Amino acid sequence: MFDFITFSWDGEFALRILPQLLRATLITIQATVVGFALAMVIGLVFALLRRGPRVTAWPAGFVVEFLRSTPLLVQLYVLFFLLPAYGVRLDAFTTGVIGLGLHYGAYLSEVYRAGIASVDTGQWEAATSLNFGRLHVWRTIILPQAMPPMVPAFGNYFIVMFKETPLLSAITVTELMQTAKIIGARSFNYVEPYTLVGLIFLALSYPSALLVNRLEARFARNR
Amino acid sequence: MHATADTAPTSRAPAPHPAGTDGGPQPIVVFRTVKKSFGDVHVLRELNFEVAPAEKVAIIGPSGSGKTTILRVLMTLERPDSGEVIVAGEHLYHKRVGDRLVKADERHLRMVRQNIGMVFQHFNLFPHMKVIRNVTEAPIHVLGLSKDEANDRAKGLLDMVGLGDKLDAYPAQLSGGQKQRVAIARALAMRPKVMLFDEVTSALDPELVGEVLGIIRTLADEGEMAMLIVTHEMGFARDVADRVVFFDRGQVAEEGPPERIFSEPQNPRTQEFLRAVLAH
Amino acid sequence: MGFDLVPILLRGLDITVRLTLTSAAVALVIAMIAGLGRLSPLRPVRFLAGLYVEVFRGTSVLVQMFWFFFALPLFGVTLSPFVAGVTALSLNIGAYGAEIVRGSILSVPKGQLEASVALNMTPALRMRRVILPQALVLMMPPFGNLLIELLKATALVSLITIPDITFRGVTLQQTTGRTTEIFLWLLVLYFAIAYPMTLGVRWIERRASAFRKA
Ligand SMILES: Nc1ncnc2c1ncn2[C@@H]1O[C@H](COP(=O)(O)OP(=O)(O)O)[C@@H](O)[C@H]1O
Ligand SMILES: [Mg+2]
Repeated sequence: MFDFITFSWDGEFALRILPQLLRATLITIQATVVGFALAMVIGLVFALLRRGPRVTAWPAGFVVEFLRSTPLLVQLYVLFFLLPAYGVRLDAFTTGVIGLGLHYGAYLSEVYRAGIASVDTGQWEAATSLNFGRLHVWRTIILPQAMPPMVPAFGNYFIVMFKETPLLSAITVTELMQTAKIIGARSFNYVEPYTLVGLIFLALSYPSALLVNRLEARFARNR
Repeated sequence: MHATADTAPTSRAPAPHPAGTDGGPQPIVVFRTVKKSFGDVHVLRELNFEVAPAEKVAIIGPSGSGKTTILRVLMTLERPDSGEVIVAGEHLYHKRVGDRLVKADERHLRMVRQNIGMVFQHFNLFPHMKVIRNVTEAPIHVLGLSKDEANDRAKGLLDMVGLGDKLDAYPAQLSGGQKQRVAIARALAMRPKVMLFDEVTSALDPELVGEVLGIIRTLADEGEMAMLIVTHEMGFARDVADRVVFFDRGQVAEEGPPERIFSEPQNPRTQEFLRAVLAH
Repeated sequence: MGFDLVPILLRGLDITVRLTLTSAAVALVIAMIAGLGRLSPLRPVRFLAGLYVEVFRGTSVLVQMFWFFFALPLFGVTLSPFVAGVTALSLNIGAYGAEIVRGSILSVPKGQLEASVALNMTPALRMRRVILPQALVLMMPPFGNLLIELLKATALVSLITIPDITFRGVTLQQTTGRTTEIFLWLLVLYFAIAYPMTLGVRWIERRASAFRKA
């Protein structure tokens, strides 16, 4: 029917490789979840360091700017090739997750910073007047108020990070993209695997984006 | 209220063409059973209301009673749910095709809208244009005036509102009172037959109110343009208006010449409102 | 400290910069068209623009790039690596840009539109003379940030054999084994371009917020 162009979508082949791709999707999701958890912690640490005295604020600020100004791909290569050179041997998945955590930790530190700044200074003053300890103030007064408005921003970065996980294929993590590459190389058929990968990403990220939009609207209304 | 010259009662000639009287000329604005609601809130309930050419109408009433909504419906910023709005003999939201009324298109809307101008509570000047361009923009691009004609017209109007020396300023460099005076000049440059003023002084610092009211008073005295003035300045309303309309819950609760409305209001709601407002 | 590596990397940097600028120009045009399209009064236009934006934001840049490079030829369309790279980058960044265009237009205060209606301007005139000039100012800082994201995303073209700076770095690493120096230089060179851009965006941001107070 379409023989005037070399139209070559093979539905049977697509169906045959789908289970393998879906299994790889689990690795992709794992990398996203673990990477994001790491980014949440690293981001908070960066944010607190930047609020601290100059000796911590300045280096932390520099590291954040540096991580944000250089490509994730290059950062992944650095971890992948450089760590072993200094005797640190990690498997590719762990290396990739650390890369994601550092890169997005830098972005999330900005989210924390804005969230913390949005807590009314009156809250600090009230807490001080009640003579709470510093850690207590952070844990029970400031962060509980700062966190909820950050949720949509976290959600957005979670989705962004999810869509960046294919970069892990460059350092041999067999996540979704790498699996598609392997299938493509083996069968000389790239259309089906790459198209399916795109569709799987779309199927997961679009509903998540809608969810985040709903959260965003809710928080905007409660303002 | 401010104990300024605005409260000094002056006797004005009766309205040139009181609306609704038999044998008078065709009214310039007619609302016929106009309804508008936002969700469950019925803002206008079967509003009937007319304005004669050159008539000055002050609209007063409690906040939330629908005063802004009438002006916005007339300016086509808010579409009514039902009813008719007629401006200068033309249906605003409908157009006649044969002997039937059909929903108006943008072209028809623009033709009828040509008769109406509006001054907003928050000025809504274009921040990226100098004062002079704020005033010449629409005359050039909407009315098709030449640059020179538009400039002359704008300069004349800006002189009239006392801002002849601010032509090249940006809105951000002006005080609130000056901004509102530019906004008035901008609306006047379109030479509308009906001008709408929606609480044009309520965003201003008290000491700047007088300069804006003074200009509106001048316009009222010149007489050719019909004016619908929503205001909380009762002294000003009494002074400038041919007719005062008291609005309550989406309907005209009471209307009449200012002397009567302010001295012997009939409706208990009017009495209550005036007592509350004048107590300040 | 490996200065002998720099000339080779700089040759790659030239390609990186070219890719960034070309893709940015194409993306800007796409963003404007799609962003305005999403606000069109015509449903089919809105739908198509929305579909484009969601598809290209919803799938990953790398997947898009591989698709254009490896999959498209099997449909009979072969793109050179450079064209495939520019196509993927600009369609991807254009989708994010479209959202910026739409968001900026929607965040011009409502009173501006109302004033232009009250002055009886045509819809086209309202957009051209009143809304867009103000929206453009709002767009500039987020566009600046997007340009930095684009610069970083160009590194992905190394995976489809375009000899950009990252590609040269990786090749050098494989041939010389001087891992530390090469990757340090790579990071430093990217930072040297991106960081001034960050500072530029902040400067524009300050200027823009001063304008908005008007
Ligand atoms: N766009 C809108 N959406 C929802 N409710 C509105 C809107 N505009 C006005 N209202 C409601 O309609 C009522 C009348 O509003 P308005 O005409 O502004 O009254 P006034 O100008 O007399 O204070 C108010 O209760 C207001 O909350
Ligand atoms: Mg009002």
